[in-house]
Amino acid sequence: MCLGIPGEVIEFLPDQPDLARVDVSGVRRVINVGLLSDEPPAPGDWVLIHVGFALSKIDEEEAAAALAFLEGIGQAYDDELAALAESRIE
Amino acid sequence: MRFVDEFRDGDKARALAAKIAALCEPGRQYKLMEVCGGHTHTIYKHGLEDYLPEQITLVHGPGCPVCVIPMGRVDDAMALAGEPDVIMTSFGDMMRVPGSNGSFFDAKARGTDIRMVYSPLDSLKIARRNPDKRVVFMAIGFETTAPSTAMTMLRAAAEGLTNFSVFCNHVTIIPAIKAILDSPDLRLDGFIGPGHVSTVIGCRPYEFIARDHGKPVVVAGFEPLDILQSIYLLMLQLSAGRAVVENQYSRVVPWDGNTVALRAIGQTMELRPYFEWRGLGFISHSALKVRQDYAAFDAEALFRVPGVRVADPKACQCGEVLKGVLKPWECKVFGTACTPETPIGTCMVSPEGACAAYYNYGRLTRTRLAAAVPGAPS
Repeated sequence: MCLGIPGEVIEFLPDQPDLARVDVSGVRRVINVGLLSDEPPAPGDWVLIHVGFALSKIDEEEAAAALAFLEGIGQAYDDELAALAESRIE
Repeated sequence: MRFVDEFRDGDKARALAAKIAALCEPGRQYKLMEVCGGHTHTIYKHGLEDYLPEQITLVHGPGCPVCVIPMGRVDDAMALAGEPDVIMTSFGDMMRVPGSNGSFFDAKARGTDIRMVYSPLDSLKIARRNPDKRVVFMAIGFETTAPSTAMTMLRAAAEGLTNFSVFCNHVTIIPAIKAILDSPDLRLDGFIGPGHVSTVIGCRPYEFIARDHGKPVVVAGFEPLDILQSIYLLMLQLSAGRAVVENQYSRVVPWDGNTVALRAIGQTMELRPYFEWRGLGFISHSALKVRQDYAAFDAEALFRVPGVRVADPKACQCGEVLKGVLKPWECKVFGTACTPETPIGTCMVSPEGACAAYYNYGRLTRTRLAAAVPGAPS
């Protein structure tokens, strides 16, 4: 729950500008990007995701670093990814 | 992946450690608190204490939201879950937290409808799909997760949903830090500021720590070298007799935080007069409740919440661990009666709790600890 996980924005959902499909370690899920409305991300941008919401934009290097860190954490990240894979907010 | 390799570079860590050691005044002891449970996890996993001179002690703070939930709130949530037609929804981290009559997992096994969700938006979807049920979201967390709960309530309001509500247990980090600064048990020299919470609240709220208490704060990232770099920045300030707030994690944390998130919280929630924290007791203005305008989504307004107060189990010393007064292994039940599989206290439940982190990775530092603390596990 406290883990910020990096995802790459793939596309926005038609008619729902607050929702975007992202790729997180190969898992593609829809998240809410409404908290970034001051500076909305574009497809190809990386975001840090907390419980289904993008909380900040990050660059690709930071995303790679964060991902390597999370993969090193082990079980907690596996659980978070499994939970994300079950998530269907759209 | 070059960037990652840089962070993992043991030589860099040793070089930083040498610079940190050089800044230690002979005979002076330094106590630095890392507020965030994510930092605690990194420190134990990578054995960072082994890189530091003996003069520096890292004190683990209260920044694990699962760990600070008092048992009474778990019992209250359990009572809500038992109301007719209720579907209780919760983050996975919360499922194993023990109440007086077991955890959410235990209640689920007994037939109570409790479902694990990744996001409050998943709860919202469950509500849409089950119009004849009343869906309650067990909201926990610091300012990192509060915006998500706020945005979900705003969405529920926009959709006109009438069967979704929030059992709000959101807590705020600044009053907890204040309580620790005012605690006579503990003298701290500086703070490693939380990373993700600061993404939302920014760095300004920490300024009182430097200004009024004369202690430096460095907001830090989660990589091992981030934390060592932050300790170095704290030691630079301490050796120069300065106290300011610095942002080591500026690649993610904006100085002013996320204003959209802060607005969403402010629109839907307000501070409670007081809230009970496990181990720390009642702290004024330290938690959020749903605003009157959004009472239609407030489980505490919609249901009769018992308001249970339960003393922590006698054997459990989570309170002292959360305040940094005791190290995890100094607790009487650590690793014997209390383990991640059968936790007595919340610090052993969450992977970010100091006890679970130490239990899982403790072997990295035990040699040093055994030498430093008679009776430590070896």
